[in-house]
Amino acid sequence: MKIVVPVKRVVDYNIKPRVKADGSGVETAGVKMSMNPFDEIAVEEAIRLKEKGVATEVVVVSIGVQQAQDTLRTAMAMGADRAILVLSEESPEPLAVAKVLKAIVAKEEPGLVILGKQAIDDDMNATGQMLAGLLGWGQGTFAGKVEVADGSVRVSREIDGGTEDVSLTLPAIITADLRLNEPRYASLPNIMKARKKPLETLNAADLGVDMTPRLTIVSVAEPPQRQAGVKVGSVGELVEKLRNEAKVI
Amino acid sequence: MTALVLLDHEEGRIRQAALSAVTAATKLGDVHVLVAGADAVAQEAAKIAGVSKVLHAVDARYAHELAEPLAALIVSLAGGYDHIVAAAGAVGKNVLPRAAALLDVQPIPDVISIVEADTFVRPIYAGNALATVKSSDSKKVLTVRSSAFDAAAAEGGSASVEVVAPVESPEVSKFESVHLSESERPELESARVVVSGGRGLQSEEKFHILDPLADTLGAAIGASRAAVDSGFVPNDYQVGQTGKIVAPDLYLAFGISGAIQHLAGMKDSRVIVAVNKDPEAPIFQVADYGIVGDLFEIVPQLTEELK
Repeated sequence: MKIVVPVKRVVDYNIKPRVKADGSGVETAGVKMSMNPFDEIAVEEAIRLKEKGVATEVVVVSIGVQQAQDTLRTAMAMGADRAILVLSEESPEPLAVAKVLKAIVAKEEPGLVILGKQAIDDDMNATGQMLAGLLGWGQGTFAGKVEVADGSVRVSREIDGGTEDVSLTLPAIITADLRLNEPRYASLPNIMKARKKPLETLNAADLGVDMTPRLTIVSVAEPPQRQAGVKVGSVGELVEKLRNEAKVI
Repeated sequence: MTALVLLDHEEGRIRQAALSAVTAATKLGDVHVLVAGADAVAQEAAKIAGVSKVLHAVDARYAHELAEPLAALIVSLAGGYDHIVAAAGAVGKNVLPRAAALLDVQPIPDVISIVEADTFVRPIYAGNALATVKSSDSKKVLTVRSSAFDAAAAEGGSASVEVVAPVESPEVSKFESVHLSESERPELESARVVVSGGRGLQSEEKFHILDPLADTLGAAIGASRAAVDSGFVPNDYQVGQTGKIVAPDLYLAFGISGAIQHLAGMKDSRVIVAVNKDPEAPIFQVADYGIVGDLFEIVPQLTEELK
């Protein structure tokens, strides 16, 4: 069974995003970029399934600018076998990404597509569900545990009040939550080896997908900042302030 | 214009967060709600203030709110609606994007403000920026943050209930089991008071020091990612970027340093209290009231004072 893992290049997790002065978006020029952390978890899960003998090949896909090939190389250094880069303008929307991925799935015929549950830039949390809808496949979103057996996959999902187990007929879509696994670091020899792994480049237009965004960004602004309050000296003083000043108890 | 709200429920009760989605939808026009579940839930839905019609899907395939059948059902009903809305919880986030894809619509998740019928404000970059977006789709599919909209009154309405026929969908998913954290406390996302603990609580056993305080205040209990990762409490307690987003009237943070990803989940609370032994902890930069000290002394004192 082949596994396809889409990965996104985003502003690094440790960088505090800065809103552009003209309010058109968040500054990405000259900012450190990395693989979306949830996508790293998805890559790790696919590699583990290959190591267990459940999967035979892990193919990573990124849709975006030329530099996204760095992200694909990182995934291959972790252990993915080959990569596909679909060139497109920066930051296509989940609907367009899902359509591109549908075309890739038609070509690759994987048994599983594992995605991160959301990208930490636009926080959409939608691509996996949308791809599942377009394909008519089952979806195991927010996965905390994945077990593949006999043409199906059992997924333990993180839900509001706890967890829920569902089983899905293969092929299926899984989206990785935070605690599915701890992604490995790529070793130096593997980073070197990844440079020689195959990376195919396509154009979104060649796949017949219209990438025109449906959402226009009217403006991007800083959220209102909270002011630090006061330190109080005792529990009695705190209770007095909560009762008489803040009036919340 | 009419909006259709997917009302999610848990153990036979409508989730509080869904009532906030109703409030958001009333800003867009007439409100119909879709309930996939037992009769009692549909009857409860009919009483919600501001709802004019309840669409009740009774077939067994909808019982567990699985995305595959529910998205197909929403698509079959979507013709008459300009907006399709759900709370941005586990059900809404699972089901609505799938339905949107089938309708060829780009969904708008985590809406915190409705500017116009086609223009919405949503946080991006874990709340470090707020984007105002305008949709060119003929239908808008959105999930809304319950922390940004007051819950609609659970009583006072008298909507008609219409049973909707099931529709065909790919039979590719099966519900197996559910494991809910047992708690008599209010839902974290909609509680008026949240008592939250971090790594400073030290262990699963010691975390329970927060229980009597939460009982006294009628509060929900939350936790930082550090506390969850250390195994003190289950995952669904987590408040933050990757957990739950809360905005209670009062948020009490004990032994939480205040990592950016935690602040992303609670900084819209009305009043924040922080107790930490480190006077330099970043949590104090967002707290209205802070106490520098040992939480194991302060929590019992506070509980006693409030009784």
